[in-house]
Amino acid sequence: MLEVRDLVGVRSERRLFENLSFSVRENELLYISGRNGSGKTTLLRILCGLARPETGEILWHGVQIEEIETEYAQSLVYVGHENGIKGDLTVIENLAFDRVLRGNPTMQSAHEILDRLGIERYAQIPCRYLSAGQKRRVALARLQVSNARLWLLDEPFTALDEPTQEIIIDWLSAHLESGGICITTSHQPINWSQLKANEINLGEQS
Amino acid sequence: MNSAFGALLKRDLLLAFRNPGDYATPVIFFLVSTTLFSFAAGTDNQLLKAIGPGVIWVAALLASMLSLDGIFRSDFEDGTLEQMLLAPAPMSLLVLAKIIAHWLSTGLPLIAASPLLGILMNLDSFSIAILVVTIALSTPVFSLVGAFGASLVVTQKKAGVLLSLLTLPLCIPVLIYSVSAVITAAAELPVTGHISLLCAFLVFSLTVAPFATAGSLRLMSGD
Repeated sequence: MLEVRDLVGVRSERRLFENLSFSVRENELLYISGRNGSGKTTLLRILCGLARPETGEILWHGVQIEEIETEYAQSLVYVGHENGIKGDLTVIENLAFDRVLRGNPTMQSAHEILDRLGIERYAQIPCRYLSAGQKRRVALARLQVSNARLWLLDEPFTALDEPTQEIIIDWLSAHLESGGICITTSHQPINWSQLKANEINLGEQS
Repeated sequence: MNSAFGALLKRDLLLAFRNPGDYATPVIFFLVSTTLFSFAAGTDNQLLKAIGPGVIWVAALLASMLSLDGIFRSDFEDGTLEQMLLAPAPMSLLVLAKIIAHWLSTGLPLIAASPLLGILMNLDSFSIAILVVTIALSTPVFSLVGAFGASLVVTQKKAGVLLSLLTLPLCIPVLIYSVSAVITAAAELPVTGHISLLCAFLVFSLTVAPFATAGSLRLMSGD
C-alpha cells in the first residue's frame, strides 16, 4: 500500500499542490488528472523518489520511502516523459539492460514481450531509427521485465496507436489483478471503468 | 548489484564503440596540438626537450577536458539517468561504472599515444617511461574529477567552458607533479615521491568522486 500524507509539491518556487493526501491499495489504480502544468509529473517524480517534496511524507507499506530506498526501488518501475532508452542501442539491448538494472526479473523472455508489443521484428535495430510510438513501446516493455509491484506511469499512451493502448490496458488489468498498484496520468480518453480506478484531479483540489 | 555495474560498464563501452568520434576526438587533439608545437618551436632539439614535458602534459589535460561534457549529458537528456537513479543498485557504484567506461574509451588512447609524442619532443627513454606512468595515473583522476564537474552542469545545455573552469583548477596539482616528475626523470633523479603523490591523488579522487557525483546527480535530477 502506498500512502501519501500532506504532500506539498513545489516547482520553480511555485506551489503546485498542497496538503495532498491519498492512499492506493493493492489491486487499485489511481488516475491523476489535471490541466497542463497542474503538477502531475512533479507528483509522479516525488512518488518515485526522484524529487523531494517540500513537506509531507510518502509511506510504502507503512514505512517512509527514504528509509527503505533499496527495497522501494526494487518494488517500483517508472515510465516517465523521457523514454529512458538509448538511441544507439538496439531494442533488445535496451531491454536487456533494463532487466539487469531493475533487478527482480520476470521469467518472460525479451522476445516474448516485444512480440506482444508488435516490435519483435525491430529487435536488432537501433532505437533511434524507430518512430515515436515504437520508442514508447520499447519504454513500456520495461513494465514486463521486472516483478515490480508499483507502476508509476507518466502519460503512458503518448504516441501509441489504439491496438497498443489496448495491450497496455490488458497489462494494467493483469497487473492489478495480481495484486499490483498503478498510478498513472493521461490526457487520452481512456475507459478506466473496466479497471478499478480512483481519480485525483490536481486542478480542483486547493 | 554487481551485475548492474557490469551491465552499465558494458553498455557505455558499446555506446563509445558505436560513436568513434567520442573517443577519437581527444586523442586526435592530443596528437595534433603537440605535433604543431614541435613545428612551431623550430629546430632547436634542446629547446624541444626542455619544453616537451610541459607541452605534452598541457595537451593531455586539455584533451581530457574535451570529452567530459558528454559523460552524463546524453543519459540525462534521454531519461536513462532517471532510470539509473531509480535502480536498486547504489548510484555511486553506477557512477563509478560510467567513469571507468569513460576512462577506458578516452584516457587509454591518450596513454597509448604518449610515448610517440615523447619521441617527437626528443625526450630520452627513461623520461618517456615516466611520462607514460604519469599520464596513466592522472587520466583516471581527470575522469573522476571531471565526472563530478560534469554532474554539476548536467542540466546546462552548453557548459563546456563552465565545466573547464570548474574542473581545471582541481587538476592543476596533478599537472604540476606530473610535469615535475618527467623533468626530474630527465635529470636522472629519483621520482618515487612524485609518483607516490600522484597515486595519492588517484586514491583520494577514487574514494570521494563517485559519492559526490552520485549526490550531485540526484540533486540535479530532483528539480
